[in-house]
Amino acid sequence: MWKAFVRWFHRMASPPHFYAAASRWTPWFFWSAIIVIAICAYGGLVLAPADYQQGDGFRIIYAHVPSAWMSLFVYVNMAIAAAIGLIWRIKLAHAVAASCAPIGASFTFLALATGSIWGKPMWGTWWVWDARLTSELILLFLYIGYMALRSAMEEPSRADRASAVLAIVGVVNVPIIHYSVVWWNTLHQGPTVSKIGEPSITWAMLWPMLGMMVGFMLFFGAILLTRVRGEVLARERNSKWIKEVAVS
Amino acid sequence: MFSNLAFAIGEGDCLHVTGPNGCGKTSLLRVLSGMSLSESGDVRWDGTRIDRDRGTFNQAVFYVGHREGLKAHLSAVENLQFDLGIRRSFDQADIDAALERLAVTHCAHLPVRVLSAGQKRRVALARAVAAKSRLWILDEPFTNLDVAGRDLISHLLDDHLSGGGLAVVAAHHDLPLRAGRRVPLEIS
Amino acid sequence: MENVGIFTAAARLVERDLKVIFRHVSEALNPLVFFVVVATLFPLATSPDAALLRDMAPGVVWVAALLSSTLALDSLFKADMDDGTMEQLALSPQPLAWLLLAKIVTHWVVSGLPLVLIAPLVARGFFLPTEAILPMMLALALGTPTLSLIGAVGAALTAGVRRGGALLSLLVLPLSLPTMIFGARATDLAGLGEDPSGPLYLLAALLFLTLSLAPLAAAAAIRISLD
Repeated sequence: MWKAFVRWFHRMASPPHFYAAASRWTPWFFWSAIIVIAICAYGGLVLAPADYQQGDGFRIIYAHVPSAWMSLFVYVNMAIAAAIGLIWRIKLAHAVAASCAPIGASFTFLALATGSIWGKPMWGTWWVWDARLTSELILLFLYIGYMALRSAMEEPSRADRASAVLAIVGVVNVPIIHYSVVWWNTLHQGPTVSKIGEPSITWAMLWPMLGMMVGFMLFFGAILLTRVRGEVLARERNSKWIKEVAVS
Repeated sequence: MFSNLAFAIGEGDCLHVTGPNGCGKTSLLRVLSGMSLSESGDVRWDGTRIDRDRGTFNQAVFYVGHREGLKAHLSAVENLQFDLGIRRSFDQADIDAALERLAVTHCAHLPVRVLSAGQKRRVALARAVAAKSRLWILDEPFTNLDVAGRDLISHLLDDHLSGGGLAVVAAHHDLPLRAGRRVPLEIS
Repeated sequence: MENVGIFTAAARLVERDLKVIFRHVSEALNPLVFFVVVATLFPLATSPDAALLRDMAPGVVWVAALLSSTLALDSLFKADMDDGTMEQLALSPQPLAWLLLAKIVTHWVVSGLPLVLIAPLVARGFFLPTEAILPMMLALALGTPTLSLIGAVGAALTAGVRRGGALLSLLVLPLSLPTMIFGARATDLAGLGEDPSGPLYLLAALLFLTLSLAPLAAAAAIRISLD
């Protein structure tokens, strides 16, 4: 079992093989993401009952919570890919890490935007220094720093390895930053107004949310594969197999 | 940049790397010194891959690159004291002898920043002499040197090789050696 | 020929760095002056009202310390990269992470320790109560080495980048936030007459964590920058 996995992993690390496989998988990820998100959007926006306190305003959490979750998930993914690239010197892993950053930054931005839209009716203002929003903002800074470091380095292999070190240092720091911000927040304000996942949430509200998370993951998979294919094309532009792919 | 290179050198050998500008001489030397990673293949010292036992290899090698690696605000003597000091225990006599050998005794106590390019080059090479390393890796050691200086370097190499040392030299100059064995390697 | 131990090697590196620093000492003093100047900006930008300044004091001290420590980082590895001495360190028989740690400690002694010593002056200018001064200095003494260590990783990553100043701040500041939060909180608590030991312990924990991990990350980053 493990051996088979290792063999599969090694085959996947070869760019032409990965390129072909990714081209096959992308539509599957993409269409299943569309279907799952559509069903859950219907479940969340229509079927789920309105919240007794927030009315229909709460429904934005079906976009907010999955994107907030994805913003962290993508960062961890990026760090794992970067570590694999650094330790085993697999170029494809670096390509994956590089492709993760803009996607993760977009999810982070989406989480911030939806959070602030949600905040307007909830708190009466677009922005509060809420612990989750603040750590989301810092996560956005981490993504921007990663992308800035990458673009500041001219030589791709050096950019790969330097940004990999940064991603690993970042992923060690993310929990520390998160808990320090939560700690800072609880000292300066009362407990936050509401928390997702309190027992009061009903099943009709919950399943679209869980489904949305799955849908966002599938969507991430589709975008990631597409981006990595682009990265691979750019990196391998001088190799022979690209010409064969491009001609066919 | 380059591929299919395979070579081995032993005591008294001097690998002379030649080739046009931009062909990767410096890159090859940096790979051999352990500073750069090669994309594939490995470098071995006494049969052990150099990245597996950096301490032993680094003790044996001395690299002089394009940049002299001297602190501009310190004197030649202070620079050598530090460079030797983190490698092994040393005598001031080692340093004085090396500076004497490179004929820079007269400016040994001036801050390196006031020295001429040729004098800096000599101080940098004096470190290799003082360190008594077995393997010298010299990247274009003749740059900025006058005729006397170039002559001096070839004599240094002769002594080093006849004492059982090894050297890797990148130079598009001829490398007249009176001792040791010259192993030519041309990269295109 | 006898090999030298890692402590002798580190001592020689500290000695060399101090010599280099003291031969152009004015440059080494810049971060300290920067710290005082940034702190001076706050009353001018807001108001000289004592109650307001007293409330702001811990935050001002820590923001100024964070900025000044980030500014000082630029000189940490850059000079060694430019003149080629970093190559020699990387090729020395000593572990690079250990040598970098020696450099970071020297850097802190020159740029961080003076902040700890001058901070009471700034704090008095902001009417921070006298009994808060000592906890503030303790918090700075625990926090500024952490800032130097985290900063060293950023400095090592950007050592090969030509104009890396702004990039360096962008990388380092978000990672330094926890230290700043705990440090400012400890100072704040002491100012309110409460027990600051909680955040101080957290600062100490962060210091030991970065002390053990940051030199390794910095060494990896330097090797990448040299490649």
